[in-house]
Amino acid sequence: MLRLQNLKKQYKTGDLALKGVDLEVPDGQIMALIGPSGAGKSTLIRCINRLVEPTGGKVFLNELELSNLGAGALRRARRRMGMIFQEYALVERLSVMENVLSGRLGYVGFWRSYLRKYPQSDVDEAFRLLGRVGLDHMVDKRADELSGGQRQRVGICRALAQDPELLLVDEPTASLDPKTSRQIMRLICELCKERKLSAIINIHDVMLAQMFAERIVGLKLGEIVYDGPPDGLTSDVLTEIYGEEDWEATIRKVDEDENGESEGEADGHLAPILDRDRMAGAT
Amino acid sequence: MTGIAYTPGRRWKKPPLITSPLLRWSLGLGIAVYLALALGTTEIDWGRVAEGIPRGLRFITGFFPPDFVTRWDEIFQGISESLWMTVISTVVGIALSIPIGLGAARNLAPRPVYYFCRAVLAVSRSFQEIIIAIFCVKLFGFGPFAGFVTLSFATIGFYGKLLAEDIEDMDPVQAEAVRATGAGWFQWLNYAVQPQVLPRMIGLGLYRLDINFRESAVVGIVGAGGIGATLNTAFDRYEFESAAAILLIIIAIVMAVEYTSSFVRKWVQ
Amino acid sequence: MIWAGYLTVGMIFVYCWNLVSETTIWMFVWDAHNQAVDLGERMVPPKWDYMSKLWWPIWDTLNIATLGTVLALIMAVPVAFFAARNTTPSTVILRPIALFIIVASRSINSLIWALMLVTILGPGVFAGIIAIGLRSIGFCAKLLYEAIEEIDEQQVEAIRATGASGPQILVYGVVPQILPAFAGISVFRWDINIRESTVLGLVGAGGIGLQLNASITNLAWTQVSLILLVIIATVVLSEWVSAKVRHAII
Ligand SMILES: Nc1ncnc2c1ncn2[C@@H]1O[C@H](COP(=O)(O)OP(=O)(O)O)[C@@H](O)[C@H]1O
Ligand SMILES: [Mg+2]
Repeated sequence: MLRLQNLKKQYKTGDLALKGVDLEVPDGQIMALIGPSGAGKSTLIRCINRLVEPTGGKVFLNELELSNLGAGALRRARRRMGMIFQEYALVERLSVMENVLSGRLGYVGFWRSYLRKYPQSDVDEAFRLLGRVGLDHMVDKRADELSGGQRQRVGICRALAQDPELLLVDEPTASLDPKTSRQIMRLICELCKERKLSAIINIHDVMLAQMFAERIVGLKLGEIVYDGPPDGLTSDVLTEIYGEEDWEATIRKVDEDENGESEGEADGHLAPILDRDRMAGAT
Repeated sequence: MTGIAYTPGRRWKKPPLITSPLLRWSLGLGIAVYLALALGTTEIDWGRVAEGIPRGLRFITGFFPPDFVTRWDEIFQGISESLWMTVISTVVGIALSIPIGLGAARNLAPRPVYYFCRAVLAVSRSFQEIIIAIFCVKLFGFGPFAGFVTLSFATIGFYGKLLAEDIEDMDPVQAEAVRATGAGWFQWLNYAVQPQVLPRMIGLGLYRLDINFRESAVVGIVGAGGIGATLNTAFDRYEFESAAAILLIIIAIVMAVEYTSSFVRKWVQ
Repeated sequence: MIWAGYLTVGMIFVYCWNLVSETTIWMFVWDAHNQAVDLGERMVPPKWDYMSKLWWPIWDTLNIATLGTVLALIMAVPVAFFAARNTTPSTVILRPIALFIIVASRSINSLIWALMLVTILGPGVFAGIIAIGLRSIGFCAKLLYEAIEEIDEQQVEAIRATGASGPQILVYGVVPQILPAFAGISVFRWDINIRESTVLGLVGAGGIGLQLNASITNLAWTQVSLILLVIIATVVLSEWVSAKVRHAII
């Protein structure tokens, strides 16, 4: 379970990005964090694994307080939190496999990682994950040779290779086309369910958030202004989060989409992958 | 297990950078043999090196503090000579490199002119300043005039080549547009070519000023004027405190020139 | 504004020109073309059989350049990491020191480094290697640290987020991004160093410059012209090699 207590962040420039956020994410919950850009979504998830140092408040992961850990303990804590980025943030000149294995860096020593001599169990897991996302045929391709959707899948594998209990996902679909966006969101959510991970997914696309998350938190100017189920996002709430706009269309469109979903996806790219995984799971 | 799914125990090794094993091994072996030969044939007189260590230490302690005073007159004379040489050789070098650079641009010059100018640039770039300086001293006698000719000649090679390349790379559409108005050759140069290459050329000129100052410190070693001669004497006499002072002055001036030129470059663009 | 600029440059120029012409013996200058013709006549034809005595100095020159470059690269890597804003362990102490090393090494020509090292270590190839090494540290470290400052921080952050240690972050997040720059810089500097090591012998630091110096002192002009041809050939060859290698890397 993740718990934020009065979390604050003020950047050196003076921007008050988080104004005391209290939040609790129980185990296994998929939570979407929505809000206009500049609301502080990225800052919030970066404060959790301390890529950004919070300036006030506390973060607990299973009763372990993260906000005052020393360097070594922080590294061990980071292993438990996988992170997925908007621009994929793969190391472009390393191969797909090296990128996935880099998720194990917190567990292996320097020389082992330097010489790429990872334990066979790590390699097995990496192959399994790559198979799961349908990329096991391109393990030795360089990351910069992949398409956006493929890169994001490698990013997902890297995060999962860490064997995390929490996923921090920062706008996973912002650089992808609509169809790939959905596939990626579905993949993330399915993997979280399979592995019983909790996840915080930053997303600015309200439709996608409603489609995939169990819980939605709306952030505005560093404060939580909505916290509830997806269908509680009424036009008033969206106005509260994003400002005045005609929201009816957005909400209605989501309903239609959800109805048309099951047929439309049958010939989607993901179908064979899922089948393959079922086979793997069945044996 | 259906083969489509993952196979536990599948090995993974990072694919080598060079895929052909023959090439990989022969390259590795070649490098090893070369290094062994090179290090093996490098004669190092360890006795002499050991003897030099206390002298090296004395040189380092010469920096704490350096002695600006004893040889101040010579140092001042040398530094100012270096500075004049730098300024006039940069100006003259750039002035001469403009016709040569224009002549060496494939898209401007007729063939014979092009080949002649390219040859001048090639000769100027192949030889170290110091070699040119030796000959200039032979021709013009000792003193800063020889250094001035050397640095100007070197500047032509550097600046002319870059200018020629810049002109060859410039946007032909814009250049044609001006020519289409019926402008003469010189007008065309002035209106079409100059605005496209000028800002970068000013930046490069300042950069060359910086290089010329550094080089002006060495041409003195062969008698072509500047601070190099003073420095050489200081080392010959083992006056490490004075040598340290000279080096610090050189470093300070280079830093000042670099700082000013980056400032001017920002201001020009 | 522009005219004021031209005017200032012009005035500085005239002033400096006067200072130089005061120290010049114009008689020599006016006589220079005769001297040049005379020298030219004495230099042809090159004394081809002197070549047999040049192979060894050529080998030395090559070694000075290559070993000096290797030495410089080994030292430049840590200096570059200390100098780059995003990887330096301490902005207050180590970064200024690294930056000073870079400036000092770059301000001082390799010939001056050689001059110093010959006085300290005695004449020979060894002094030449060290001189080339010391001169090249600044050049390599400067280009390298600029490359480090330009890397994509996101990739580094992603590696940091996995719980990697400091050295692992460097090796996985930073090094792959700067490797092409590093290779390019090495070859580029090696090419420059070949040129520079041809003249180190003038101050006694080994290589073909020693023969050049001796031939000039003995007024053996036909040997001088041969040596100059050899230098041109070496330089052209090294330029060709470095262009090929750079092409292969990119
Ligand atoms: N590195 C930074 N330095 C200074 N201010 C920042 C930095 N990153 C973000 N901010 C500021 O913090 C606020 C929240 O930004 P962010 O967390 O990126 O929002 P979101 O991810 O919701 O778009 C913005 O006002 C932004 O300008
Ligand atoms: Mg963001």
